Amino acid sequence: MAAEATAGDGGLDTFPKYLLLNARRFGDLPAMRHKDLGIWQSWTWAQQLEEIRRFALGLTSLGLREGDRVAIIGSNRPRLYWAVTAAQSLGAVPVPVYADAVPDEMAYVLDHAGVRLAVVQDQEQVDKILGQRHRIPRLELVIYDEPRGLADYKESMIRDFAEVQASGEAALAADPTLAGRWEEGIRAGSAEAISVMLYTSGTTGRSKGVMIPAAGAVQAARDTVAFDRLTERDSVLAYLPLAWVGDHYLNYAQGMVAGFCVNCPESSDTVANDLREIAPAFYFAPPRVFEQLLTRVTIRMEDAGRFKRWLYRRYIDVARRHGEAILEGRPVRLMARLDYALGHFLIYAPLLNVLGLSNIRVAYTAGEAIGQDLFSFFRSLGINLKQLYGQTEAFLYVTCQQDGAVRADAVGPAAPGVQLRLSETGEVQFRSPGQFAGYFEQPEASAAAMTEDGYVKTGDAGFFDSGGQLRIVDRAKDVGRLNDGSLFAPKYIENMLKFFPNIKESVAFGDQRDFVTAFLNIDLTAVGNWAERNAIAYASYQELAGHPKVYEMLAAHVRETNRRLASEPMMAGAQIRRFLVLHKELDPDDGELTRTQKVRRAFVAERYAPLVEALYNDSTEQFIETEVTYEDGRRGRIAATVRIADVEAVPAQAVAA
Amino acid sequence: MNALVRAEVAAGDTLMEVRNVSLSFGGVKAITDISFDIRRGEIRAIIGPNGAGKTSMLNVINGFYTPQQGTIIFDGKARRAMRPHHAVRQGIARTFQNVALFKGMSTLDNIMTGRAVKMRRNLFWQMLWQGPALAEEIEHRRVVEEIIDFLEIQHIRRTPVGKLPYGLQKRVELGRALAMEPSLLLLDEPMAGMNLEEKEDMSRFILDVNRQRGTTIALIEHDMGVVMDLSDRVVVLDYGKKIADGVPDAVKTDPAVINAYLGVPH
Repeated sequence: MAAEATAGDGGLDTFPKYLLLNARRFGDLPAMRHKDLGIWQSWTWAQQLEEIRRFALGLTSLGLREGDRVAIIGSNRPRLYWAVTAAQSLGAVPVPVYADAVPDEMAYVLDHAGVRLAVVQDQEQVDKILGQRHRIPRLELVIYDEPRGLADYKESMIRDFAEVQASGEAALAADPTLAGRWEEGIRAGSAEAISVMLYTSGTTGRSKGVMIPAAGAVQAARDTVAFDRLTERDSVLAYLPLAWVGDHYLNYAQGMVAGFCVNCPESSDTVANDLREIAPAFYFAPPRVFEQLLTRVTIRMEDAGRFKRWLYRRYIDVARRHGEAILEGRPVRLMARLDYALGHFLIYAPLLNVLGLSNIRVAYTAGEAIGQDLFSFFRSLGINLKQLYGQTEAFLYVTCQQDGAVRADAVGPAAPGVQLRLSETGEVQFRSPGQFAGYFEQPEASAAAMTEDGYVKTGDAGFFDSGGQLRIVDRAKDVGRLNDGSLFAPKYIENMLKFFPNIKESVAFGDQRDFVTAFLNIDLTAVGNWAERNAIAYASYQELAGHPKVYEMLAAHVRETNRRLASEPMMAGAQIRRFLVLHKELDPDDGELTRTQKVRRAFVAERYAPLVEALYNDSTEQFIETEVTYEDGRRGRIAATVRIADVEAVPAQAVAA
Repeated sequence: MNALVRAEVAAGDTLMEVRNVSLSFGGVKAITDISFDIRRGEIRAIIGPNGAGKTSMLNVINGFYTPQQGTIIFDGKARRAMRPHHAVRQGIARTFQNVALFKGMSTLDNIMTGRAVKMRRNLFWQMLWQGPALAEEIEHRRVVEEIIDFLEIQHIRRTPVGKLPYGLQKRVELGRALAMEPSLLLLDEPMAGMNLEEKEDMSRFILDVNRQRGTTIALIEHDMGVVMDLSDRVVVLDYGKKIADGVPDAVKTDPAVINAYLGVPH
């Protein structure tokens, strides 16, 4: 196993060192697969070393030096991962950038990071960069993976990836000692070097470059690989944004340390199918992906014949009652076990197979709170789904749940090697092996993020529950109070609303107000399906969102949410009294969500100020006009009159009784 | 490469020439004495109001209709009339105004049918599905996969085309035509009934087919904006007669064309 192999080898403190080791110890095992032309093309660790070496030598001949920054922009593709290792092998710092960033955001990051070189996926990214090049004066060269559409470009600053590799090859042919010198350079690589610079998603203001030191990154990966017993025989599907710490950590860093195979999907549209073909052993998905999976299954089952529907319901019910107990090895009656085994044969196994989850040994979810029902559904089918809590600044893991001690409403105790504490104000603070070395060229921000004794401030408010697991309530600065003094934790309320499949997004207001109100976004898949079943005609998202029947249904959800809030003494005062359904989906292109799909509450409140206003006066509807950005960057305006609905509060004692 | 292709177009290496063609159905004259040429490597548009004879013209070119008069010269060989199978053998492929795919078959299989004309092994080998037939199949599959990649339809590879939205079906149909590796590609209203986004996608694919694969394209289209942006040269028909022929900018300002589209004051 990976962890043992490294035990005697104290010098393994950078990822390129692991590359050399893996090429020796797992030379013939697959390191990388990519579905291309309908076939899974694969590279062994030995071949991968070869590819990376050729590219790295090509970069050397282009004049890339130690300490330079190299931007990596695109979807999950082997060559982009290789570019990361190649840069690291030369002592340069890879800077993955979100591929769906609009040109303005991208130019800001590239310029701030001072990149000399960018390795990008295709024409789309090349165009974005060339269009903004006056804002990125230090950028010298753009290397692209996919030549399609670029044959006509006369720019001298763009180069084909294959061409760079060929020049590396040529340099090697001219001077065969280069390979040895390159490996020497890797062995001499410093543990203090910055392994990667990850830009935060920018929930608050411009994104910041989080510098992760090499030795810490390797140590963190080693800890979690051992914790979840990942080995070189495992495989994962790399489908999360390359620039997100989750992908870089879970797939790249853990892959290097454990030696497992990273599989790159054919395109972002084929992920579901590719997942099914690969059937990974380790899987991470944010709660919304699990939610989509469940929604898809539910909708398909509604289309099935009567007998199948009955069978499905019967055995999902069996799973709900006994599945989690069986997964956790708790005592279960023999008859129930037999029933579950039959259910596994008839329903669970085929279902997991369709979803591509047959071989899952460990699955994680994080990023948002996950609903109890949703969480239990997957666990009851036999998937070892757990929660973790992490941050870019920690190089992912802060807490994670141990097998057998898993709950939906908490995120687990401190991860291996992590020290965790709460400040007097209830803010979560940690010290971890992968802890960042500061924000790039922002010393004040770096200092502000740390305590004097070296702990990192997460900015999240939380508490430890009786089981010793951490529970996150909200962003510390977002927790507010109503005018009557009751606690208002917007995210807590929003999450509760979002557990209803019909509600895709919600934004709660209430700080320094008399009562709580909310914006809701319908989930087009779920509500659209419901509308079809109930013969409700609609022509657009906007029309469906404003439909009286939809309002009726959502009002029932809000009442149910109030009932749940009423049952918690801390939260009973913060029940929702008025709500409205937004006429458009909140969208990162309009700045309403971050690139990781989190609501930017302050921005939304400002943008829809008239609507917030209307929630707090007696109006029953309000006209609003907003600017929207289309996917290609053009702008337009949409206008709508949004209806506002009232909901009654539930008395706290009524539920308690 | 772009400039190179454009220069070639301007040089006027003729791929197909239609000379004095007339076509009538009984007493109805669909096409009257029309001549024009298609140069190698260009995008040639045939436009005109409803009933101008555009689709008839396309059907004459690929041999579905036999004109009563005139000659068609394709790739240096003159013919009184094309026959559809000649057209196909010689490298003319087309798409249809109304999607004509095998609805129950997957995207992959539909595009594979475009390779049928290139299959060399006989029925016996095909049925045996071994040795040379299998090797050939793999070779064809590679070509088809490249087209799937080119048109970005990987996610619907295994989906029966009947279940696909219209815009994607049109794309699959284009894929099937491309599978024949045509030297002349005829597109009959490739953007009919599409929304703006689908039109933009389709325009990009048509340009890419022309620029990257070097395929000569003749297309019929109603959307004037699209036609003027895409094509190198435009021929305008009205009531079966040619009323204009030239580069888009010249055609756009031609009074005869404006009259045909907007009507003439009487």
